[in-house]
Amino acid sequence: MAKQDVPLRWDRKMQQRLARGEAAALGELYDRFASLVHGLAHRVLDDEQAADGVTRDVFAHVWEHPDAYDPKQGPLRTWIATLTHRLAVRRLRDTETAALASGGPGSAEELERKVRHASVAARADYIVQAMPAPLRAALELAYFQRRDYRQTAADLGVTEDEARRRLRLGLQLLATAHDAGSPGAPPGYGGAA
Amino acid sequence: MSGAYEENEGHDGPEATGHDASGPGGNRKPGDGDVPPDTESAGAAGGRDEAENPGPKGGRDEAEDPAGGPGPPPRIPLPRVSVEDGGLPLPAAGRSGPLLLEHPVLKSLLGAWALAACSPEESAAVEEHLGECGACADEALRLREAVVLLQRPESLDLDPALRTRVLEGCLERRPPRIPVPEWATPYDAETARLDALLQDFGDSEWHAPVRLRWFEAGGAASRRTTVAGVLAHLLTVDGLVAVALGLADPLGDIVAPAPAPASRTEAYWRASHYPPTRAVRGPWREQSHDIVRTVSFTGSSAGRMPVPYGDFELPLHDAMLDRAFECWVHAEDIADAVDYPYEPPAPRHLNGMIDLAARLLPGVLAARRQAGLASSGGHRHLVAAGEPGRSLRLEIEGSGGGEWFIPLDSPAAVGSAEHEVAHVALDGVEFCRLAAGHVSPAEAAAGQDGDREAIRDVLFAAASLSRM
Repeated sequence: MAKQDVPLRWDRKMQQRLARGEAAALGELYDRFASLVHGLAHRVLDDEQAADGVTRDVFAHVWEHPDAYDPKQGPLRTWIATLTHRLAVRRLRDTETAALASGGPGSAEELERKVRHASVAARADYIVQAMPAPLRAALELAYFQRRDYRQTAADLGVTEDEARRRLRLGLQLLATAHDAGSPGAPPGYGGAA
Repeated sequence: MSGAYEENEGHDGPEATGHDASGPGGNRKPGDGDVPPDTESAGAAGGRDEAENPGPKGGRDEAEDPAGGPGPPPRIPLPRVSVEDGGLPLPAAGRSGPLLLEHPVLKSLLGAWALAACSPEESAAVEEHLGECGACADEALRLREAVVLLQRPESLDLDPALRTRVLEGCLERRPPRIPVPEWATPYDAETARLDALLQDFGDSEWHAPVRLRWFEAGGAASRRTTVAGVLAHLLTVDGLVAVALGLADPLGDIVAPAPAPASRTEAYWRASHYPPTRAVRGPWREQSHDIVRTVSFTGSSAGRMPVPYGDFELPLHDAMLDRAFECWVHAEDIADAVDYPYEPPAPRHLNGMIDLAARLLPGVLAARRQAGLASSGGHRHLVAAGEPGRSLRLEIEGSGGGEWFIPLDSPAAVGSAEHEVAHVALDGVEFCRLAAGHVSPAEAAAGQDGDREAIRDVLFAAASLSRM
């Protein structure tokens, strides 16, 4: 599908330019992915400065290790989202563990629950962003704009059957946000998070 | 470019937030798109009191009212509450003639049911079915849990300074083999800043009216366009640099009467049957990225390469500063048009822009004198090239400021403190607005001291640096 080819070519080219040490490529990489990276980090950490820190770490990692990305494994966007998720969750766990160690409130189980919750929320964000636009549009209408599925169908110019299908499929995709870590779970960040 | 994610423009754009303004419990009348909003209360009351038409809708409205209640409605809608949690009677299956639906239909309704987006009768039928079908019950639970995960994307007003910090941090850890030349970084930063401003624009923002203002031949001039039109203007004028670098001309087949900024812009605007739209953003951004990339490869020596602007030319490094300056000035025009705040450039970039203006002033003074627009100078002295001459001390205050000595009598003379005849002090941003033609020389808030004619000439020369 041509639509997938173009980004992949962009991804490969970007990787080559980064490997070559082209500072202008780093700027373009930032311009394309900074809001994704910062948004995901913020969803996990709920803290502006911490999200800034993760953003810095993610781009530094990509800039220092452009070869760590393998275009055969999927789009650069997915790889960067996975990396962001990993670094953000690690930072959250480190911060919370340190707080716990210095006598802060809570327990180890609560910490794990909090980390898991933040992790699922961030993955859900990414799934919504990455799902096919027709599914996202249906969920947008039904949830945020409170249209029922018949109105959703009319708004989208599709049959009622199709509107039901999209809402169900969209939620099925979103539900996979809970499946992290289970081997072979392809959605989300490709199960790698 | 654009995968599914990029196509998502406007999803959380400014106009989309308006949808929540109606508040929770919106206008939805189950199963009927034609019912006008003001009948909603009647519909809801019917559902609650008579229990003849019960269903998740009643439960949802009830459960959400307290949250949205008297105060402003929440920007992010709360997750829906299922009818079971709403404290309301569960749908009494069979009371008003149950719907008889086949298993595949019931299954297909699970998504809509989880979102409380089907009719009360359908909801009742689904819920009855869930008691009998384990597979559907499992899926229903899973989808309900998924609904809770739906959140509006966070509003992403990234701090523009973060870009600089992140990039600098990276380049320290691994020095680039092909750096962006120092003189191109203001353009890189300003185009990134403007692009970030444009990110969430909806159609109403793209078509918001803008009046471009500049100063020519002793008077203020202006031209009406839109936000998209301003971006088209930046695209075509940046195109002068692109062409000088051997990149494609954004004008394509369009022929401009003169290879100058205004002429190119007008030709571009005229060539389209429709006013420019948001579609101009992609080409503009791609070109600005290509320019930064290309100047990185040409190396530092290329900085002196001339870029023709029609009736004058600038060396590439100055042209890049000029484009950065224009990008900021027009970004401010755009921000004003849509009522967004917009900050001045980083101090060291601002300093470079002021320095460029200060270096251009002697030439502009001479040209204005030749055209009879500046005083021919009763006090004027002939100065040999490279020698110090009568000077005006331009003191720019604020971050990015500094002090410049502007030679008054000849562009070839050297500005000199010993030959200072006048002193002008003004704020850096104010000076840039003057040079952009956004404040008139008479109105510019400048502290003045010394030869009044020289001051007047320099302020007018600064204003006449501006163009469309």
